[in-house]
Formats: sequence, structure tokens, C-alpha cells
Amino acid sequence: MDLVTPGIGLVFWTALTFLILLFILRKFAWKPILGAVSEREDSIKDALTEAEKAREEMQHLKSDNERILKEARAERDTMLKEAREIKDNMINEAKEEAREQANKMIEQAKTTIENEKLAAITDLKNQVADLSIDIAEKVVKKELSTKEKQLELVEDMLGDIKLN
Amino acid sequence: MQINIFRIFLLGLLLTVNLNGFAITGEENPTSEDEKFDPKEMIMHHVKDAHGFHLWDWKGHAVSLPLPIILLTDNGITTFMSSAFHHDDNGKVVVEKNGEKFVKYHEKIYQLNEGATAVEFDEEHHPVNASKPLNFSITRNVFMMWVSVAVLLLIFVSAARRYKKSENYVPKGIASFVEPLVVFVRDEIAKPMIGEHKYKRYMPYLLTIFFFIWINNIFGLIPIVNGANLSGNIAFTMTLAIFTFIITTISGNKNYWKHIFWMPGVPVPMKIFLMPIEIIGMFTKPISLMIRLFANITAGHIIILALMSLIFIFKTVAVAPVSVAFSLFITIIEIVVTAIQAYIFTILSALYFGMATEEEHH
Repeated sequence: MDLVTPGIGLVFWTALTFLILLFILRKFAWKPILGAVSEREDSIKDALTEAEKAREEMQHLKSDNERILKEARAERDTMLKEAREIKDNMINEAKEEAREQANKMIEQAKTTIENEKLAAITDLKNQVADLSIDIAEKVVKKELSTKEKQLELVEDMLGDIKLN
Repeated sequence: MQINIFRIFLLGLLLTVNLNGFAITGEENPTSEDEKFDPKEMIMHHVKDAHGFHLWDWKGHAVSLPLPIILLTDNGITTFMSSAFHHDDNGKVVVEKNGEKFVKYHEKIYQLNEGATAVEFDEEHHPVNASKPLNFSITRNVFMMWVSVAVLLLIFVSAARRYKKSENYVPKGIASFVEPLVVFVRDEIAKPMIGEHKYKRYMPYLLTIFFFIWINNIFGLIPIVNGANLSGNIAFTMTLAIFTFIITTISGNKNYWKHIFWMPGVPVPMKIFLMPIEIIGMFTKPISLMIRLFANITAGHIIILALMSLIFIFKTVAVAPVSVAFSLFITIIEIVVTAIQAYIFTILSALYFGMATEEEHH
């Protein structure tokens, strides 16, 4: 029966000791330990969220980069294409122009040749005419060097007129 | 450095398991041949509290550490050292102090009535001419309790200081040993039983009670201190259970009291029927805490001592190997029990706090 009868002395000392122990440990042990533990847990949690955020941002940046690169590549392609088109156009235009120029020149040359030819022909004609006149003159001079011949001619001519 | 001290402490704990047998046998050595060995008396002597700290016997004389005896008599407080009784426990030595006469009989202090010079007993060995003054003595258990407090403070305050010193609150040294235990109490006991939002208020109490019970359970297993059986003493467990009861009752919210006096969700006759049951339940919870810890720890001590007593009952050394082996086995189980009982007391306290603060949910 003694065993299950609580003694007042031990109850008193246990209560007193426990309360003092609770007070001291709360102030000097549990508060700093629990505070430190929770602070560390918070900082770990923060660090993890931060890392996650950074990772996401990285992903974002990467996809952005990829997008920009893609865009740049497309732009380069279009630019190249445009340049090629421009080049082709220019070449074509130049060719066209050259052809036109050439044609023009040929045309001009032809005209010039024609003109020259005409001039030459005219000149030749004139010279031939002059020559003919000269010859005729000479022939006439020679033919009509005598009186009889002059008369004969006149006769002829008069005869022609009559015939007409 | 601190880790090493702790390792030595743990090693010592393990070694003392083996010494258990020696401590008890040493105790019983002076028993003379004709005097019959009484295992019950020996066991009860070990399990119960005592004035003075009996360490060992040396050449027929008991060597003990005297402890102060503090008595509250009609004339006020009377104090003297337990050594004044000269190891007498049969009421033969009368100590006179301030005109009051005291005797010690079976670890109880009696004050002799006026005029009496020696204590007289009736047939049932109850003193007839003496009264029992209120006894606030620093007994063996109180002394060991203070030793355990000193150890607790040494461990935990120095562990807490480690956090201030080290950067980033990384635990070092003894803090790395203490922290998992503290986190265990927080994450496995307080949080699931009380809930995320309210557990913080109860943490200091739960931590203190857990480590206080645990370390005293462990101290009870150390034979060199003659098995000071503090956590197996009903006064100790009752005090702690009363603390749990007081905290539960104080923190009880509207929902808690409603569940006791007017159980929601059941018909009215049932409400009336449940009310007395719930009111009794309020008290049976701490009472079960008190009895569970007391009975578990005391039973462990009794088993170990009973196994060792077999040697003296059979009066042969041949039993010794069996006794030692069995008591070693039980002691190892008891080491586990020290932690389990501390854990159970704490988790049930937390559960009661959780019930008291639980919010109404639909």
C-alpha cells in the first residue's frame, strides 16, 4: 500500500523542480533550439523556392533565347532571299538596259550608215552628173565644133518637134 | 569534447547494465546466515523512496550519503541530517531536536508523542504513541531528481548555446544529438496531436516532460545510485499527470466543454447519458497517465530485482548465470522502455491538449 500512496514531500519537490526546470529550459534551451531549427527550415524552404524560381526563369530565358534565335534566323533567311531577289532584279534590269542600249546603238549606227550611204550616193550622183555634164560638154563641144554639125542637130531637133 | 563526454556517459550506461547484479549482491552480503532472506522486503526497499543515500556496505557498516530531513511539525520546520538516525530503520534510534523526538521506521519519520521515550508498536507494526509529521525531506528520489535536472540543464542549455555560436544555425557537437530528439517531439508528437497552428504553445511543456521523464527513467536503471526509482514513484507520476490535467483543463475551448457536457450530434437522452461518462473521462485520462508510468517503471525494477533474488532464494551460485542473463535481458528491454514510456506520456499529454483545443468542424 505504501507503494501506491504518494508522499506529500515528493509531490511538492517534484512540482517545484519541474516548474523551475520548465521555466529555465523554456528560456535557455527550447526557445533558442526551436527558433534556430525553424529559422533554418525557413531559410532552406526559401532557398528551395528561390532555386525553383531561378530554374523557371532560366527555362524562360532559354526559351526566349531560342525564340529570338529562331526569329533572327528567319529574318536572316528573308533578308538573304530579298537580297537575292534584288540582285536578280538588278542583273535583269541591267541586262535589259544593256540590250536596249545596244539595240539603240545598232539602230543609230544603221541610221548613220544609211545616211552616209545616201550622202555617198548623192555625192556620187553629183559627181557622176558633173562628170556627165563635163563629158557631155566635151562631147557637145566636139560634136558641134563644126557648123554643119550644129545645123544637123538643129535640124534633128526641129524634126523631132514636128514628129511630136 | 562534449560529444566525448556524452559518449562516455552512454558507455557508462551500458556498462552499468552488467554491474546491476553486483550492486544488488553487494547490498545483501551482510545478511547473516541465520537471518532469512526476504526478497519482498529487499525489492520494496529498492523500489521505494528512502531518507539518505545508501551506497554500499563496508566491513559490516553501511556507507551512505546523508540527506537533509525537513519536517513540518506543530512547532514549525525542523531540519536535521538523515545520518542522525545512524542507519537505523526500525525506530530504535530516537533523534531529539528542539524538544521534539523523531524515529525512523521503514523509511517513515514518526514524531513521538509528548512524554514518550521510545516508539511502541501494535500487532500490525503500526506505531501507537507517535504521529507522522508532514515530511518534505530531500529524499533519495528528490536528490536524484535534482541530479537529473542538473544533467538536463547541462545537456540542453549547452546545446542551445551551440546554436548561437555556430553560423547559419547548423547544429554542432551535442546540438546535433539533441536536435533530432527535439525535432522528433515537435514533428511526431506535437504537430500531429495538437495541430500545425496551436502546437507551439505546448512545445516547452512537452519537451520538458519528455526529457525529464526519460532521463529519470534512465537514472532509475543505473545501479550505482541504488536504483533511485523516481519515475516509478507514484508521487512523481501523479505530479506530472496533474500538470497535464491542469494544462488540458485551462486550454479547453468551448468545443471541448461542449463535448463533455452536451455531446453534439447525438439525441438528448444520449447527451444526458454521456455527460457523466465524459466527466469521469476528464479525470481517468491523467490517472491513466499516472498509473501507466508508475507501473511500467516499477514493474521493470521489480522484475530485475526478483531475478537477482533468485540467487539468494535458492542459495546457490549456480543460479547466478541464469539470473544475470535474464536480468541483463530485462535491463536491455528496460532501456527501450525508458524511451517508450517517456514517449507515451508525452504523446498522450499532447493528444489531450489537442482534444482540448480542437476546433469545431463540420
